[in-house]
Amino acid sequence: MRKLTFSIGGVHPNDSKLSKDCAIEILPLPQTVYVSVAQHLGAPAVPVVAVGDKVKVGQVIAEPGGFISAFVHSPVSGTVKSIAPRADLAGKPVTHIEIAVEGDEWAEGIDLSDTLVTEIPTDKAATLEKIKQCGIVGLGGATFPTHVKLNPAPGSKAECLIINGAECEPYLTSDYRIMLERTKEIIVGAAIMQQVLGGCKCVIGIEENKPEAIKAMREALKELPYENIKVQPLKKRYPQGGEKQLIDAVMKRQVGSGGLPISVGAVVQNAATALAVYEAVQKNKPLITNVLTVTGDCLPIEKQHNYLFRIGIPLSFIAEQAGGVPEGAAKIISGGPMMGRAISNLDATTVKGSSSILYLSEEATKRAPESNCIRCGRCAEACPMGLEPFLLRRLTLAGDLEGLEANAMQDCIECGCCLYSCPANIPLLDLLRQSKNQVLGAIRARAAAAKAAAEAAKK
Amino acid sequence: MLVSPSPHIHASVSTRSLMLDVVIALLPATIVAVLFYGWSELLVLGVSIASCVLLEWAITRWLMKKPSTVGDMSAVVTGLLLALNLPVTTPWWVVLIGAVVAIGIAKMSFGGLGQNVFNPAITARVFLLVSFPAQMTDWTVPAGFIHSTDAVSGATLLGRYAEGGMDAIAGTDYLQTLFLNIGGSAGEISAIALLVGFVYLLIRRVIKPWITLSIFGTVALTSLIFWLANPAQFSDPVFNLLTGGLILGACFMATDYVTSPMSNWGGVIYGIGIGFLVMMIRYFGSYPEGVSFAILLMNMTVPLLNNWFHQKKYGRK
Amino acid sequence: MTGIIWTIAVLAGLGLLLALLLFALAKKFRVEEDPRIDEVEKVMPGANCGGCGFAGCRAFADSAVKAPNLDNHYCPVGGNDVMKQVAAILGYEVKEKAPEVAVVRCNGTCANRPRTNTYDGVQSCKVKAALYAGDTACAFGCLGCGDCVSACQFGALSMDPETGLPVVDESKCTACGACVKACPKAIIELRPKGPRGMKVFVSCVNKDKGPVAKKACAAACIGCGICAKTCTHDAIVVENNIAYIDASKCKLCRECEAMCPTGSIIGLNFPKPLDKETIKARIAERNKKAKEAANA
Repeated sequence: MRKLTFSIGGVHPNDSKLSKDCAIEILPLPQTVYVSVAQHLGAPAVPVVAVGDKVKVGQVIAEPGGFISAFVHSPVSGTVKSIAPRADLAGKPVTHIEIAVEGDEWAEGIDLSDTLVTEIPTDKAATLEKIKQCGIVGLGGATFPTHVKLNPAPGSKAECLIINGAECEPYLTSDYRIMLERTKEIIVGAAIMQQVLGGCKCVIGIEENKPEAIKAMREALKELPYENIKVQPLKKRYPQGGEKQLIDAVMKRQVGSGGLPISVGAVVQNAATALAVYEAVQKNKPLITNVLTVTGDCLPIEKQHNYLFRIGIPLSFIAEQAGGVPEGAAKIISGGPMMGRAISNLDATTVKGSSSILYLSEEATKRAPESNCIRCGRCAEACPMGLEPFLLRRLTLAGDLEGLEANAMQDCIECGCCLYSCPANIPLLDLLRQSKNQVLGAIRARAAAAKAAAEAAKK
Repeated sequence: MLVSPSPHIHASVSTRSLMLDVVIALLPATIVAVLFYGWSELLVLGVSIASCVLLEWAITRWLMKKPSTVGDMSAVVTGLLLALNLPVTTPWWVVLIGAVVAIGIAKMSFGGLGQNVFNPAITARVFLLVSFPAQMTDWTVPAGFIHSTDAVSGATLLGRYAEGGMDAIAGTDYLQTLFLNIGGSAGEISAIALLVGFVYLLIRRVIKPWITLSIFGTVALTSLIFWLANPAQFSDPVFNLLTGGLILGACFMATDYVTSPMSNWGGVIYGIGIGFLVMMIRYFGSYPEGVSFAILLMNMTVPLLNNWFHQKKYGRK
Repeated sequence: MTGIIWTIAVLAGLGLLLALLLFALAKKFRVEEDPRIDEVEKVMPGANCGGCGFAGCRAFADSAVKAPNLDNHYCPVGGNDVMKQVAAILGYEVKEKAPEVAVVRCNGTCANRPRTNTYDGVQSCKVKAALYAGDTACAFGCLGCGDCVSACQFGALSMDPETGLPVVDESKCTACGACVKACPKAIIELRPKGPRGMKVFVSCVNKDKGPVAKKACAAACIGCGICAKTCTHDAIVVENNIAYIDASKCKLCRECEAMCPTGSIIGLNFPKPLDKETIKARIAERNKKAKEAANA
C-alpha cells in the first residue's frame, strides 16, 4: 500500500528507537504514590477523599472540576496521607493526593482477567459515560478528555476516526510496544470509538519504521469481526503524529486556523487511548496505568525498559528500578526529545500522559552557541504549519504583535522543527512560544470583548 | 542537569557544515583552474582566501570587538568565489583590494554574515571590473601544470562576440566549451566541473535548484526568441548558456543564502530577473558579460521578493 | 554657460514651486492642537520610557492636558521637579511623591544558593520562568538571565557576574518601573529612596516554609518573625512565610537587620557598617527592662 505523509514541512531526525525490543514489564509498587489532580487539559479535578481515608485501586479520588476536566482514580490501595501542593514536572506547585500503599486491593466491578471481549455495547450514551467515569484522556501528549472529543457538537459529523500509531518522536517506544503486545485490545478500543462516533471509517496510521506493528495490526484485523477499519502505513517523518499533520496525511484535508479536527470530519485518538478505552468500556477499568519508556542515548541497552506503571508513581522510583540515572546523562526529559519537557529533578510524579524518562548525553542535547541568521530558510522549509520562523523571530524582537498575528504565529504547534533545523542554532521556538501565547491571549481578549459587546447590544 | 525548552536534539547541520559543503562543491572547478593556470592561479587563490579570512578576523577582533566569526567558514567561501571570479593574471594587490571590498565593505560593514544585502564576492568583482578594467580583462593564459593546445590569449568568446558579432564566434565547438574553455575568469574553464559541484550541493540539500534553473531557463528562452528573430545578429541559446560566468554565477553566486529570496517562488522570480538582465547586458550593453551586474541588481529586489512571496501555510488560503 | 544658467533656473524654479506646494498643503491640513501639549512635552525628560503608564512623553503630555487634575499623571523619571513645572503650565496642583528607587529583593548569590541545574535555552527570564522553577531549589528567586537589565533604558542595572544577581546603580535609576514589569518573578520593587538613600528591606521573596526555603538558599527569609517581634515601629509584617518592611513606618534603626538569623534583611547606603553586637545588646537591655517593668 502507498505510504502517506503530510504535505508541508517536516524533518527527519534519527528515530533512535533503542528500546523497541524491550517487552513491557510491570513496575512494582512503591511505598507512596502522589496523584496529581491536574493530569489533563482543562480544569483541575477536585479531591473527594479526605486525609486518613482508606482507598482501593480504581476508586474515584477526585472529580472533574469543570466541563473540560476528568475523573482521577486511585492507582493503589491504601491510606490517604495528605492532600497538598507538590512540585509538578515544571517545579510548579499542584495539588497532589498522597497515598501510602497497603496491599493491592481493587475496587469492585473491575474485570482483571485477560479475556478479550470483542462484543461492543450498542448504547452510545452509556459507553461515553463509562469513558468519562473512567477518567480517560488523550494519551498522545495533550491529555484532552476523551469523552469530550468523542462527543462532537451537534451539527458536526465525524467522517473518519484516525488512530494515531505514528509515534514520530525519536526514542519513544511505548506505543509501539502496546501495538505489538495489546494489538487486539487497541483494535477493539478503536471499534468502540468508531461505534460511538456513528460508524464512520477508521484508519490506524503507523509510521513505516514500525513494520512489525503494521503487520501485527493487519493480522489482528483479519481475525476480528470489525468492518471499515484499515491500517495505513505512513512515511517516517516528524511530526507525522501531530494531529493536524496526521489529518493532512490520511484524509488530505487541512484544519483551518484555530479550528478543531471535527471541522473537517476528523477525530484523532492515540493508540494508547484506544487501549484505555477498551479497558474502560469492556473491563470497567479506569485509567490508572500507562506504558512508559526508560531510554536514552547514554543508557546501556540492558537498562532500557518499557514499563507498565501505575499513575502517581514518582519518577525517581522508576529511575531507581531501571538502575538509576546513567553516567553521562546531561539532560532528563519527560516525553520525546522534540516536544518533551526537560526536568530539573526526578521528584515529580507520573501522570496519565507520562510517556518516558529519556536520558540524553551532553553530546546529543547541548545547544551550540547561537550565531547570525544566514537566511537559509531551513526553518520555514521545516515548519509543518508553513510558518516562517525567521520572520516571526524578527517580528518578536520588534514586539510587533499585529505582524505576528498576520503571519499566523498563533498556528504554531511547538513541534520544534525550526530550532531543530537551524544551522545557526538560533533558539527560534524558545522565543516564538512566548509570542504565540501573547498572540493567542490577544485573540482571546478580542473574542471576549466582542462577545461582551454582542451581549450588551442584545440587552 | 541541563534544562532547556524543547526541542532537545538538533540536526547535524551548522553554518560551518553548509559552508564546508560549498567549498567542497567548488573544489572540482578550483582544481581544474589550478591544473590549467598553474602557480599564478594558486597565488590568486591563496591571496584571496587568506586576505578574506584575515580581514574578517581582524574586523571582528578589533573593530566590532566580538568573538571572531571566521570559524563559520563563510570568509573562505567568499575568498574562494572571489578568486574564481577573477582572471588568473590579476595582480596580487588587486586581489587584496577585492578582498577588502568583499569582506570589509560588502559583508562586515553590514554586520557580518547574514546581514549583507549584496553578495560580497560579486560586489568585489564588479568593483574591480570598473576600477581596474585593464587588469580585469587581461586574458593572457600562463603556463599551467597541464599544457592545453587550444590555449589562446586574447578576448573571451563573449568578448569576441561583443566586438565582432556573430562572425567572430562562428565555428565555436560547443562540446569543447562544455568541458574546457580556456580564457575568462579562473572558475569558468570547465562547465562540467561547476555542474558537478552544483549537483553535489543539490544532493546534500544545501541549496534548492529553483533559482539556478530559472536563470538557465530565462537565458535560454530570451536568447532563443532573439536568435530566432535574427540569427545573424544575436547569439544562440547554447552559446549563451555555456559561455562566460553564467554557470558559475547561477550555481554558486545567485544561490547565496543571504542575498537570495527565502521562498521558492521568490527564487524563481529572482532567477528570471537575473536571466533577463544577463541577456539584455550581453546583447545590448557595453560590457561583454553581465552576470555579476545582473546578480547585484537582483540582490536589491530580495527584501521586496521576501515580502511578496510567502510559504504556503497549513489550513489557510 | 547657458547650460549652467538654465540648470540653476530650472532647479530654483522647481524648488520654489515645491515650497509653495508644501506651504499650501501644510496650511490646508493643519491640525489644531492645544499649544500646552508642546509646552508640557518640552519640560518632560524625553526618555519615552513609559514609566508613567503612557506610550511616551508626548502621550503623557496629551493626556495630562486633557485631564481634570494630575492625580493619575506622575512622571517618575522627572520626579517632583518636572511635575511642578507641568503643574505650573497647566495650573494644576501636584501631589509630591517621595522619590523612589528600584531594589532587588533576592540575595540568592551563587554562594548562598547552590545551583542544581544549568539552563541551556535562550537567555530570557521570561522564557525560563515559563519553563521551570529555576536552576536552584528556590522557585521564587532571581533567574539571572537579565531581562531587567535589557528593560532598563537608563543603564541603571547590570548583572554582577560573581553573584549572578542584578545590581541597581541608584544614581542612574529613575524609578520608571520598566524592570519591575520585566521581572517574571516580581523580585524588583520600587521603594522610597530614603534619607540620603538609606533604606532597610527584606531581600527575599521566597514564600516556602522556613526549612524548605533555608535548604534552597542560605540567605532566604524563613518567615521566623523575629524581625517583626523586634521592630518597635510596627513596620514589619510576616505573611506567607515572608517578612515585608513598610518603608513609610521604618525608622531605619536597623534592629531587624541585626536580628535576622539568615541575613535576608539588608540595609543600603548607611554611612557606618552594621554593628550587630551593639544593637543586639541594646535590644537585650530593652527587653530586660520591659520584663522588669512587667514583673513590677
